[in-house]
Amino acid sequence: MVEPTAQQVKEEKLYLQMGMTDEEFALAEKMLGRTPNYTETGIFSAMWSEHCSYKSSTPVLKRFPTKGPRVLQGPGEGAGIVDIGDNQAAVFKMESHNSPSAIEPFIGAATGAGGILRDVFSMGARPVALVNSLRFGDLTDARDRFLFKEAVAGIAHYGNVIGIPTIAGEAQFDQSYSHRPLVNAMAVGLLNHEDIQKGVASGVGNTVIYAGAKTGRDGIHGATMSSAEVTIEEEEELPIMQGGDPYLEKLVMEACLELVHYDSLIGIQDMGAAGLTSSAAEMASKAGYGVELNLDLVPQREEGMTAYEMMLSESQERMLIVVKEGHEQEVIDLFDKYGIEACAIGKVTDDKMLRLLHKGEVVAEIKADDLAEDNPVYHKESKEPAYFAEYQAMDNVAPEVKDVKQTALDLLQRPTIASKAWVYNQFDSEARGNTVVAPGSSAGIIRVEGTNKGLAMTSDCNSRYIYLDPETGGKIAVSEAARNLVCSGAEPIAITDCLNFGSPDKPEVFWQLEQSADGISAACLALDTPVIGGNVSLSNEVNGQSVKPTPTIGMVGLVNDLSEVTSSTAQQAGDAIYVIGEALPEFGGSELQQMLEGDIRGRAPQLDLDVEKKRQNQVLQAIREGVVASATDVSEGGLAVALFETVFGETVFGLDVTLRGEAVTALFSETQSRFVLTVREENRQAFEAIVEDAVHVGTVTAQEVSIKGEDGDVWIAGTASEFHDAWKGALECLLNSED
Amino acid sequence: MKIAKVYVTLRESVVDPEGTAAKEALHKMGYNEVQNARFGRLIELELDGSAEDVEARVDAMCKDLLINRVIEDYRFDIEEA
Amino acid sequence: MKVAILNFPGTSCETEVERLFQTIVKAEPTIIWHADATSLEAYDAVVIPNGAVYGNYLRPGALAKSSPATKALQTFAQAGKPVVGLGNGFQVLVEIGLLPGAFLQNPSLTFQSGKAALRVNRKTKFTSQYREEVITLPYAQQFATYYNDTPIAKEQIVMTFENNMFNSTQSIAALTNEGGNVCGIIALPERATEAVIGGTDGLPFFESILNNWSEQ
Repeated sequence: MVEPTAQQVKEEKLYLQMGMTDEEFALAEKMLGRTPNYTETGIFSAMWSEHCSYKSSTPVLKRFPTKGPRVLQGPGEGAGIVDIGDNQAAVFKMESHNSPSAIEPFIGAATGAGGILRDVFSMGARPVALVNSLRFGDLTDARDRFLFKEAVAGIAHYGNVIGIPTIAGEAQFDQSYSHRPLVNAMAVGLLNHEDIQKGVASGVGNTVIYAGAKTGRDGIHGATMSSAEVTIEEEEELPIMQGGDPYLEKLVMEACLELVHYDSLIGIQDMGAAGLTSSAAEMASKAGYGVELNLDLVPQREEGMTAYEMMLSESQERMLIVVKEGHEQEVIDLFDKYGIEACAIGKVTDDKMLRLLHKGEVVAEIKADDLAEDNPVYHKESKEPAYFAEYQAMDNVAPEVKDVKQTALDLLQRPTIASKAWVYNQFDSEARGNTVVAPGSSAGIIRVEGTNKGLAMTSDCNSRYIYLDPETGGKIAVSEAARNLVCSGAEPIAITDCLNFGSPDKPEVFWQLEQSADGISAACLALDTPVIGGNVSLSNEVNGQSVKPTPTIGMVGLVNDLSEVTSSTAQQAGDAIYVIGEALPEFGGSELQQMLEGDIRGRAPQLDLDVEKKRQNQVLQAIREGVVASATDVSEGGLAVALFETVFGETVFGLDVTLRGEAVTALFSETQSRFVLTVREENRQAFEAIVEDAVHVGTVTAQEVSIKGEDGDVWIAGTASEFHDAWKGALECLLNSED
Repeated sequence: MKIAKVYVTLRESVVDPEGTAAKEALHKMGYNEVQNARFGRLIELELDGSAEDVEARVDAMCKDLLINRVIEDYRFDIEEA
Repeated sequence: MKVAILNFPGTSCETEVERLFQTIVKAEPTIIWHADATSLEAYDAVVIPNGAVYGNYLRPGALAKSSPATKALQTFAQAGKPVVGLGNGFQVLVEIGLLPGAFLQNPSLTFQSGKAALRVNRKTKFTSQYREEVITLPYAQQFATYYNDTPIAKEQIVMTFENNMFNSTQSIAALTNEGGNVCGIIALPERATEAVIGGTDGLPFFESILNNWSEQ
């Protein structure tokens, strides 16, 4: 193929195929002072894609609170960093791999884990844990079952081979994700303050080194693809997916973590979305320097690659490194120890340009800032959708339930609620021997090596609430994440987010994005959990339909002393059961409503951040004083599900409780800011003195289940194993169904 | 240049759950003529042609590394590239 | 006791073994990069930690044959000194011929992790410190099915799965060579040596090694 000339790019509007608009092309022309050639157009289009530039979401992201006494690095680098005391810091970020996972779920999900790990270790941190957040269709469709199974296997494969434990995560199922799943992966790392690295290319004459896998023609324009919607009919024409190699990444990671201690290291960055283009342009722009690369020197996997292909390839497991001039060999030798190819491909200049040479010619010359800083920013139109006012006007009424016990059993078997053991049993959740709490609890907890402290982590987002009321839903997502950490004995310290939405060109979608960001911001301020980084994934649509708005929250908390780690499940029969928080008839977006009516409507549950904060503080205080045996929050499915989950631990118990109010509301409402705790008999008095809203509702029993109303009406009765069996096997049973 | 194609299969006595799963899936899709499915792997070795005893060397490669005779059988063809 | 922890490319669980020997069972551990392990003479014991050695490519453990450490390991084992393969390390020992048999993919065809009940043969040098006959250890493997068409002698079987979930020959979870000094275990005793992490059922395994070999 002969590459089109600059003139052809302009006249034939070839930039449109690369995802650039007429206005954007004109802006690039103006910035350059000439018409960009084919390679340059590709570079502009990738750098100005939503994935790299956040051009549509920047105005929204600015709303987030990003500062706090613990924040050492906020948004803008590979990952955010928070201080955890003792000169140590936690480094974390969440990222989406939605589009690739919709096409080739094993590879897509695996490379998602790989990419987020590189973001963390390129900051100089050793990754210590992985978390994942999955959204799939409700598994009634064979394609969705296939997508889910393969995505889980892909995540498992990458994490297991590289030897980093997956210790937390969640999966929710809703038909809006059918054929358009969301696969969000979060990595958490640890480092000492002095080892913090940044992706900068500074110091004229310093050397740019390429390390890792060779560059191939895979994933070209992945960055633009990830911002494009999936049209099912076009699957056969999709670009070549970039495959991942966790073994290679393990070796690259070990080399990079050694390199962090070299005095000659200036900067290091992952070649992620838009590969060599974004890493080079961003490193130069951040440092205020320029970078000149000789593409003839780039290790290539295929013959005859053009500059365009090399710059836009998204081959995995590659790093761009800048070292002091004259120190190239020690870096090359270090990578060689691990069998990894590394070589010098360019140098740092003072002219602030990204300049590319290929076969003796300058093939691209663009100001680094034009690419990485001065991208167009759009203030998209925002409009309240018609449904919102209609739903807000609806009354809160409890749905009619004929058979309460059967309803409880049915809820326990919903894929969103059922045990996720089928998923997490495929993960090595204990690699490297620091896992204190493995998946299956409110939050995962990893010991901070060499200390008695722990890092707790979780991810959360109920997109049904966000759909009905994005601002309240945003508050709920953050509050629920914090609740999960608090229940496990941790103090929430910061969040990362992954904003998965439909097309930003739909004013209603953009409104959802804005409103939910406002809700998230309010909750982050109230709960002292700044946003230290994140990712935006827009245009998650299939055949023109948007997925439910899903701003996934990844939250990290600090456990001061591992003796304070608290189980989410009951420890012994005879312990008292307490509930914090009164149930109101709030069923909008509830699992019960979805199950009974096949859709959702009405008002999302309300949330008072002051009440939320007060209860979280009291629960954490009670846990720290050692008077709580187990704690969990009330979420999907309401109190009935939370009560059952409390007794479905390693040992399965029964329960005998008496609840106030009307049965359907008491059992299945999804009113927020509620908790279920168990307390040993001898600690009850001390506990009640701390948690003023706690109501004693009953007792953990050996096997018998009895849930009654105040008037003595038996609502639910049976044996624990009957309910446990239903909950435990439901997901696997659904996945093995054949229709 | 020569190309050695090494075909590796699980020994008859070894249970092959992947093959069983594929067979069952094919049956469900109406391919009832499938009596058995066995998975294996194909390894292609590009050889520079310098060695005279090509067959013996490829056989040694199989025994030394490429196959595990406790669980696998193998055969190979050598073609001119 | 000087313990060499042998790191192959892809080994990922070396630090937990190091920590265990440093702080819990008290020996002198050293992590050695495989390319530097041309001789292991200076050590009293060698441990191959868990982790996807060489990415589990070809067959788990197989590519370790190409490492210079393999020859040193064979010489070390012939001298009667203790060699332990944990998880993937067991697969390495099988592939380099220090233990009999082979490993197959799990019947589920997926990676599986969890905790398993294991029956302990307390008469081996790797289990002499156990007081209980049935213990619980974590496992995390995609190739946990031990296969052998020649029966393994009872004395060589160190642990068996109570519920033979991986359909392994003779339910084998851990075994030794005929000499009784090379042991592979597909479960992960190193992850059960602290109450706060995963229980302590793995501790006697390492204490047995120290007890039976440190005087020599």
